[in-house]
Amino acid sequence: MDLLIELFSEEIPARMQAKARDDLRSLVTNGLVEAGLTYASAGAFSTPRRLVLSVDGLTAESRPVREERKGPKVDAPAAALEGFLRSTGLSKDQLEVRDDKKGSVYFAVVEKPGRHAAAIVAEVLEGVIRSFPWPKSMRWGAGNLRWVRPLQSILCILGDEGGSQVVPLTVDGIVAGNVTRGHRFLSSGAFAVTSFDDFAVKLKRAFVILDSAEREAAIWQGAQNLAFAAGMEVVPDAGLLTEVAGLVEWPVPLMGRIAEGFLHLPPEVLQTSMREHQKFFSVRARSGRIEGFVTVANTEPADHGAVILKGNQKVLSARLSDARFFWEKDLRVAKAGMGEWLDGLRAVTFHNKLGSQFDRVERIAALAREIAPLVGADPDMAEQAARVAKADLRSAMVGEFPELQGKMGRYYALEAGEKPAVADAARDHYAPLGPSDAVPTEPVSVAVALADKIDTLTGFWAVDEKPTGSKDPYALRRAALGVIRLVLGNGVRFSLVDATTLSLAGHIRPNGWEAALEYNLRYNEEDTVAQIEGMADSSPFARYLMGGVSSDANGLNEFDVVSAWHMGGEFERPRSYQEVAEKTGYPAEQAELAFEVINSWFDRYQDGLALVDSQASLSGLQRDPLLSVHSGTSISQYIAAVSGNILAFLHDRLKVYLRDQGIRHDIIDACLALPGNDDLTLLVKRAEALAAFLKTEDGPNLLQGYKRANTILTQAEAKDGVEYSYGADVKFAETEEERALFAALDRAEAAITPAMQAEDFAGAMAAMAQLRAPIDAFFTAVQVNSDNSVTRRNRLNLLHRIRAICSGVADLTRIEG
Amino acid sequence: MSDPRPAPRSFQEIILRLQTYWAAKGCAILQPYDMEVGAGTFHPATTLRSLGSKPWAAAYVQPSRRPTDGRYGENPNRMQHYYQFQVIIKPSPPDLQDLYLGSLREIGIDASVHDIRFVEDDWESPTLGAWGLGWEVWCDGMEVSQFTYFQQVGGHDCRPVSGELTYGLERLAMYVLGIDHVMDMPFNDPQSPIALTYGDIFRQTEEEYSRHNFDAADTEKLFDHFKDAEAECARLLAFAPDDPKSGKRIIMAHPAYDQAIKASHIFNLLDARGVISSTERQAYIGRVRALAKACADAFRLTPAGADAVEVGA
Repeated sequence: MDLLIELFSEEIPARMQAKARDDLRSLVTNGLVEAGLTYASAGAFSTPRRLVLSVDGLTAESRPVREERKGPKVDAPAAALEGFLRSTGLSKDQLEVRDDKKGSVYFAVVEKPGRHAAAIVAEVLEGVIRSFPWPKSMRWGAGNLRWVRPLQSILCILGDEGGSQVVPLTVDGIVAGNVTRGHRFLSSGAFAVTSFDDFAVKLKRAFVILDSAEREAAIWQGAQNLAFAAGMEVVPDAGLLTEVAGLVEWPVPLMGRIAEGFLHLPPEVLQTSMREHQKFFSVRARSGRIEGFVTVANTEPADHGAVILKGNQKVLSARLSDARFFWEKDLRVAKAGMGEWLDGLRAVTFHNKLGSQFDRVERIAALAREIAPLVGADPDMAEQAARVAKADLRSAMVGEFPELQGKMGRYYALEAGEKPAVADAARDHYAPLGPSDAVPTEPVSVAVALADKIDTLTGFWAVDEKPTGSKDPYALRRAALGVIRLVLGNGVRFSLVDATTLSLAGHIRPNGWEAALEYNLRYNEEDTVAQIEGMADSSPFARYLMGGVSSDANGLNEFDVVSAWHMGGEFERPRSYQEVAEKTGYPAEQAELAFEVINSWFDRYQDGLALVDSQASLSGLQRDPLLSVHSGTSISQYIAAVSGNILAFLHDRLKVYLRDQGIRHDIIDACLALPGNDDLTLLVKRAEALAAFLKTEDGPNLLQGYKRANTILTQAEAKDGVEYSYGADVKFAETEEERALFAALDRAEAAITPAMQAEDFAGAMAAMAQLRAPIDAFFTAVQVNSDNSVTRRNRLNLLHRIRAICSGVADLTRIEG
Repeated sequence: MSDPRPAPRSFQEIILRLQTYWAAKGCAILQPYDMEVGAGTFHPATTLRSLGSKPWAAAYVQPSRRPTDGRYGENPNRMQHYYQFQVIIKPSPPDLQDLYLGSLREIGIDASVHDIRFVEDDWESPTLGAWGLGWEVWCDGMEVSQFTYFQQVGGHDCRPVSGELTYGLERLAMYVLGIDHVMDMPFNDPQSPIALTYGDIFRQTEEEYSRHNFDAADTEKLFDHFKDAEAECARLLAFAPDDPKSGKRIIMAHPAYDQAIKASHIFNLLDARGVISSTERQAYIGRVRALAKACADAFRLTPAGADAVEVGA
């Protein structure tokens, strides 16, 4: 039999339709199969007003089922029998008595006859409707049913060659029938259908294209034809195409031109404004400039859309007027050097524990400067690029269209007179955003992109907001993958631990600096001021903290004021400005301001202590920020611990990334044991060489020999309680094979060490491969655990040499198999 | 489909046609609420009456104030004072979409020439503790109405569900009348002996209120008024229901709700004056919501807001 279901409702949000189709298909067909039916094929469709499922080749009845249940013994208490009868729904004379090993036992044999498909369909469909997994659902009217929007009718018919029948079904007062409706405006009245084919044909006659793929194709074809006729082309946008196909039942593309006065706007602006607000496709002229649009109407009016197009054009003009207003307003700031925005970043919170975007930019600039030489970028340019890269976050355009961040940044940086490489970095430093997003290659962009992502990782680690399980609200896995792809994609050679250490210091130093200042002042260390000033020279963060009010009209700067207060012997908040005047000697008119400055310092200082606290608890350190900062040990221990933690996270992400590239995780593990494992480029080079080696014939054999040597050695060491690590001497060798192994190890060592130093991992592997034959021969001919203790010790020491030499290449114990 | 009506000629004709239409469909045509509100939804005919099980059908024009949107009458379609037309029907009738489309036809928007679309837009009012699902209705790419099925108001589930329609009157009228700047829109019939445009009536007030809202409103007093309204709302709700004078049970839900409306508008004014930081904003919204919720709780205890006792339940 063939089953046709249509759930007809008020407009279903476009973004929910694809999943709803899949859910309807799988939930209904699973339900049918569970109830004992089988089917040949099923297809689901959607329009804004309907979800449709067509199931072909459905069996007319479910298989009969015979179920046997064992009950109590015949001589069991009456209550046991009553319970059994209740649970089976049978009477005593319907039970069978069978002889079991333990005596006579009641059996209930329930024959469930096959059920008609219609009954099963009704049951399954009602269940599916009542528990449909919409992302958001609602009630309407006085009913209790939930659906994405009011459900208006249900069509449900089962048919075969002999005709079709409505499946008897009522859900919350909606009685299923064989009737549907066509397009809301282009057709009128309801009509009955007898099969899926009949349904699809009649719908089309009623101005509804049922299949979303067909609507997409019609939209795309129609749009291209319109553009082609005007000598232009439509800018492809698959996401928009799907969305628009979910907004219309009868798509009618209409093309219009963008008014002359807006054509100078950047293409990204035109495109974003048209797509986001109006769901228009962009149309570009031969010159590449975006000059037109295609809107898709859901109707076919008599005037061929003249009124509709005019209305859309009017709305577009209003939208683009806004965009032009933003653009012009932004250009004024950009041409003036973007200073207003850079300063304004102080007011943009990045994260409440990680300060403002301004703080973040300062940190990224410092880090980009350090990374620059390692990626072949000019440090000054990298620092400058980092400073301007996020300026556009304050622009009016990005305020309106957040997705234009970076893209606008590039335009504005160019207007501000920045070099192209700096401007490009503003656009590209967010990349790569996804696994398939291109990796920047321009050195300045690479430096800023790396600094940006490393700062994100260290920042969230420092405030203990690491990803857990499926929760990764700050997209730290994406940031880690970004670091990995930037490093590997550009063959960058640098120590990630150095970079994260430097970056972490940037997160911690502001608080450390203040804590140190207070400690030093409290204990009257004389070199405090010089020390702090020295720090200010080297640390942008200290500079920022000190410079907070340095150019105040009253000639007060925070550092002076707070120092004066502390020097007066006061380490609590001032109670009044009179008290400040008294202790510091400031004249009354300045003391009032000083009072505020000191109070605001205390606010920040207490935040700082809280942060140091949270960091201390994170790393398991004692809470004594003053002392730990002063001695300089605990904080650096803490930084080392966090850096190690971040590196482990990066290694995990690297394994996932390389697995997709076909390199096994155990191969990475084997390479991680070696020094320099925070240089990802080197690490991967090693892993690739090892993976290649393990594919050769020598690879697995050497591995076996190595593992055998290692096992014997480990067992002997455990048994004897000593370490056999030195002193193998060829003069105690008794056999040719032993002597040959000595010679082979000498040769291998002589070759491997320089090869490893030269990062010639293939060479090192090849040298290691040379050990395979001598090791095999050795184990065939020689009994390690000889009765002669000298011989035995010498052989064990020889095995140690195998382990030592090989582990200089990779930790082969990690390799599986 | 009925023949399209002749095109309306003025702003007020559109309002009058909408009123006549919805009156014919059985709505009580109410008058605007006599307080400053940010949107038609604040009218107790919508917020409070959407609670409880008593059927309800009303339509009304509501002048709405959004102090931050003031542009001294210069922006073609942004003002600090504008009109909404609001329809609220409980329970939402099954043909509400068709009724709505009929109202568009009534004001000259004919679906055989125009492209009318229901585009997903879920509505939420943090200050009212309310949300619903529905659409914004597009006519030729322009949003002309909000269409919402209320799910919750003042923290109470709406049972039954009310259907709410909100028409942004100026924008809709400008489109129907083909006007580019709101101030140029004919308010009464342009053939009248004394023809008045929207600007004749509102340009000066837009200037005055823009200056007031942005620069002159006394923020210190407003902060006090906010606290006063908040306190008064709580005080009114704290009265025992039994009124000794009349001997009746009288819960003062509406007078208390007036104070919540007042607090909400004062908050909007303070926001326009730029004296509320982004962190404080959330706190203020929370305080207004608490008031709205307390009023909704109280209204549910009154005859108009209670659930009918179900027979046989």
